[in-house]
Amino acid sequence: MKTNKTTKWGACLGAVAFLAASLILTGCGGGGDKPAAEKKAVIQNKGSDTMVNLAQAWAEEYKKVVPSVEIEVSGGGSGVGIAALVKGTIDIANASRDMKKEEIEQAKKNTGKEPKEVIVGYDALAVYVHKDNPITEISVEQLADIYAEGGKALKWSDLGVTMPGGKDEIIRVSRQSSSGTYEFFREHVLNKKDFKLGSRDMNGSKEVVELVAGTVGAIGYSGMGYNEPGKVKMLKVASKKGEPAVEPSVANTLSKKYPIARSLNLYTLGEPTGDVAAYIHWILTDAGQKVVEATGYVPLPPEARKK
Amino acid sequence: MTVPDSKQPANFSFAVREAHRPAWAVFGERTLTGLIYLCGISAIVFVLSIFVFVFKEAAPVLFGGKFSLAQFLFSTEWYPTSEVNKRYGVLAMIVGTFSVTGVAMVIAVPFGLGAAIYISEFCGPKVKETLKIVIELLAAIPSVVWGFIGLTVMSKLIVQYTGAPVGVNILNGGIILALMSVPIIVSIGEDALKAVPDSFREAGIALGATRWQLIWRVLMPAAKNGLLAAVLLGVGRGVGETMAVLMATGHAVHIPSGILDSVRTLTANIAAELGEAPAGSDHYRVLFLTGVLLFTLTFAVNLIADLIVRGIRKK
Repeated sequence: MKTNKTTKWGACLGAVAFLAASLILTGCGGGGDKPAAEKKAVIQNKGSDTMVNLAQAWAEEYKKVVPSVEIEVSGGGSGVGIAALVKGTIDIANASRDMKKEEIEQAKKNTGKEPKEVIVGYDALAVYVHKDNPITEISVEQLADIYAEGGKALKWSDLGVTMPGGKDEIIRVSRQSSSGTYEFFREHVLNKKDFKLGSRDMNGSKEVVELVAGTVGAIGYSGMGYNEPGKVKMLKVASKKGEPAVEPSVANTLSKKYPIARSLNLYTLGEPTGDVAAYIHWILTDAGQKVVEATGYVPLPPEARKK
Repeated sequence: MTVPDSKQPANFSFAVREAHRPAWAVFGERTLTGLIYLCGISAIVFVLSIFVFVFKEAAPVLFGGKFSLAQFLFSTEWYPTSEVNKRYGVLAMIVGTFSVTGVAMVIAVPFGLGAAIYISEFCGPKVKETLKIVIELLAAIPSVVWGFIGLTVMSKLIVQYTGAPVGVNILNGGIILALMSVPIIVSIGEDALKAVPDSFREAGIALGATRWQLIWRVLMPAAKNGLLAAVLLGVGRGVGETMAVLMATGHAVHIPSGILDSVRTLTANIAAELGEAPAGSDHYRVLFLTGVLLFTLTFAVNLIADLIVRGIRKK
């Protein structure tokens, strides 16, 4: 009887140790599986939701040019892409904002390589409202009044707009905090102040436009590539009250007249090599830039392109 | 070591003690006993490991000194990535979780228990089979599909019929969650009613009870533990569901002013933010602390229910 009991406890202890070990092993295994890009010719590409359609279009187009290279694209937000690059699990991160100093430091510490930035196009961050909203233009200060913590504008009548059907409440549509668009908006529109709580934080650029399209009193910000004419309206934006409001167009973005335009970036760890370098080079040629235009963003001016 | 075969047992003192059985049989039996014992305690091992892991990730911020637990629990200001003043308060999300779950239960419990009673007591065998299959089908729909329905179909209907300014709100999330937890309540509730011995029913009918009296006074009290378990699993589903509520509730951090207001739940917040929070940062640890909080909340719900059941039993 005694031996029986000891064996039982022995088996039990052994099993607990085994479970614990397997838990620890699976816990640690996550960071180390860097795909061998050169061998299988797979390029892992992740990040910005603003750029996910664009990156997918590039990947499809590039497959026609170089069929041996597979490009895997996923979204999640600029912050998610940069976090994955810092861990070294992807080859290229897409970002609709610039990498922060801490992120560059962490990447150096983790991987020993310095992230390299390539500008691949531009986006005029568009402000969307429902098609029935009579407003046509807005100033950056008014946007801050609507979105920033302590801002006073809560109703459309505060901005002097009379809404059809009495839907006077401003429904603020925003993005989740891993979004590059969210951070860009906070930095350039809210002047680094915080967002007012209670905004509907959507998980993607497309969801913002969709919610605005279905909600009369809504206002939202998203990439100009997500415009759906007939369902939503892009507002003209003035950099200050009294100054002329500017339309988010290709010309106004390149001439920097539109106040909340930004660059779309790719980041790699160190100077890109092999297939990744060839892919980025192709993006910067006329063929790659044509895709930028086709997805609704602003391509690089001809002198910045590669042959 | 060689395994002795059954023809020459006497050389091993080991085998002699064990009532003349071959050593391999004894060894096999002990291994099996151990394995079955292990299966039995595996649930405890897993729950404990998960809790320890989540708590370990959250502990540095909790005991770090500059973090205030009171602020975490009782502040509505959630600014995890602020550049000027980072604040971690989850009160709005606790309220959000409970309000969505509450609305879901108000809808799901009467429907679920009603369906369970109908399936178990009233309908014929053919209808019963059909209903059970369809309800199981309802349980098989992935939560992201429910979320999608909430975001696209339900939100438009809610705006149209209630005049709410925005369609993604507590009501939307509550209805979606109710639809998701009804199948669980129905199938477990039905099992509980089926487990009541037929002699109870026969005795009730023999005493002249109507069907209503039979269900209300005999079957429901007899099956109350099982029915309570059904409701609690439904609540658990509501508190723990992530994807559907992320899409259907509007994901807005504030204390709701009514049923047609948007909220954010604890689970949806973890899902939306853990991906970008740098591992080891305060934000990351606070999200794990939110996980500990969820654990504690569900544990409290289960404990209270257990105590209620015991209380009923004593009477």
